[in-house]
Amino acid sequence: MRPKRIILYIVLVVFAVFYLMPIYVLLVTGLKSFQQVSLREMWNLPKSITFQSFVRAWKGDPSRGLRGLSQNFMNSVYLVIPATLISAMLGSMNGYVLTKWKFRGANTVFAILLFGMFIPYQSILIPLVQLLQKVKLYGSILGLIFVHCVYGIPITTLIFRNYYSTIPSDIVEASKIDGANFLKIYTKIILPVSMPAFAVVMIWQFTSIWNDFLFGLIVAPNPSVQPITVALNNLAGSYFVEWNIQMAGALITALPTLLVYIFLGRFFMRGLLAGSLAGT
Amino acid sequence: MKKDRLISILFILPSIILIAIFVYFFIGWTSWVSLVNWKDIFPDFTFVGLRNYARLFQNYRFTISLKNTIVFTALFLVASITLGLLLAILLDRKVRFEGFFRTIYLFPMAVSFVVTGVVWRWILNPGPGGESVGINLLFEKIGLSFLKSGWYTDPKIGIKAVVIAAVWQMSGYVMAMYLAGIRGIPSELYEAAQLDGASTMQVYRHIVLPLLRPITLGAIIILGHISLKIFDLVFAMTGSGIGFSCDVPALFMYDTTFRGNYFSQGAAVAMILLLSVAALIVPYLIYSMRAEVRR
Repeated sequence: MRPKRIILYIVLVVFAVFYLMPIYVLLVTGLKSFQQVSLREMWNLPKSITFQSFVRAWKGDPSRGLRGLSQNFMNSVYLVIPATLISAMLGSMNGYVLTKWKFRGANTVFAILLFGMFIPYQSILIPLVQLLQKVKLYGSILGLIFVHCVYGIPITTLIFRNYYSTIPSDIVEASKIDGANFLKIYTKIILPVSMPAFAVVMIWQFTSIWNDFLFGLIVAPNPSVQPITVALNNLAGSYFVEWNIQMAGALITALPTLLVYIFLGRFFMRGLLAGSLAGT
Repeated sequence: MKKDRLISILFILPSIILIAIFVYFFIGWTSWVSLVNWKDIFPDFTFVGLRNYARLFQNYRFTISLKNTIVFTALFLVASITLGLLLAILLDRKVRFEGFFRTIYLFPMAVSFVVTGVVWRWILNPGPGGESVGINLLFEKIGLSFLKSGWYTDPKIGIKAVVIAAVWQMSGYVMAMYLAGIRGIPSELYEAAQLDGASTMQVYRHIVLPLLRPITLGAIIILGHISLKIFDLVFAMTGSGIGFSCDVPALFMYDTTFRGNYFSQGAAVAMILLLSVAALIVPYLIYSMRAEVRR
């Protein structure tokens, strides 16, 4: 190999080390026992491996007032599955209408929907809390599901619209002439070829809803309905919780989205690029 | 046919109504709240004009949080875009195991900001006393002691320490954008340039980089709006910090509104946040839509 190539690989490996460093810290700290955990030994491998920290982060320790993450993990599961499915469905319906049944002003409507994806949610939180309190959805998982469905509309619509505009409109026009109606074209022609877009959208929504913090913090203040990110922040924010448990908790929180990324990474990447190239 | 047209409208109508209420009506409501005198748990809708805004700019914490956002955004954009472009160019040099490296560089995007905050708070912890711990210890071991610092506990650094974690999380995203851009450049362009005797450096300077300008613009818009509204990461990693050295407007808004019950004041912060994001996003949306119509 030429020296230039060797330098190239060295640089690539150095950056890989930088990106992996926090994961290394999470893993080795989570696998250490309390006696071994200290800032001085942060970079050392564990002398003996124990899963005690993971067990305690998961189950908690009632005798010391430590809440485990297991309930919040399940809250996140109950939240993320319906919210992902519903918002994907909404996106697909919108994308279909916006590409194959364009009405006058369809592009403007799309731009108006799309803007919702960029707003700082602080600008809607006060009325959101007021409204959810009025309709008794405040402080419940159902309320959080609803919120994620609503604010997921822009991105899911964007991804489906981009995808459906690659399906030739001739196919749709021909079916119209053959007498197929709106719903039939959707269920017989559009939906059967929509799986790649559903994969991208569902992985995107799964990741962003699982990772959401702000809505969980504001809409579900009660510990028993909190999603896992909020519970992790509380766990890590209390000074009496040991670092090994915090790191184990962080790893538990990150695991579902990391697994999705590792196994379905290319769909995740497409979602990212769709989000970055809004409208182009 | 007429019936189909009606059903098609019914299909999209729920989404339009939801966005109309939950985005546009709510923004209108927040802007109204920012103009009244609501400052405890009981709503008070006495109109006070722009007084809440005027008070904000006299507020010590708010002015610091504005300065911090500017510093954070500038550093975060420059670092992420430079690093992302560098990684994309390196990975484009026909690297073996490219997929492997790409996966590693991009994985932080799949992780919650809260996890990032928790981990980096520990890594950048200078520890009690003068002893070297965490990242400082690592620097000492590899002979880079001059890089040791108090990180987020040093008020002079404050928010800049959060930039490190944010760049760690988002630079892979920029890399992915650039890589997609580079791969989209027709290879004939390279070949023609190389036939004309252009060096690799010249090809990048005169062909690749100019063609990547729209991607840079996209990256500035995307990272810029994320940066202006950054909340989770700061909340989990440092909080507002010593002397508000890590504070940002989104955090200030949360504390003011949901901890302090100064709803009108919080609404004013939210509106300023929204306007700053809109100033970035709206021209970009209009530009993108026009570009689409032209095609």
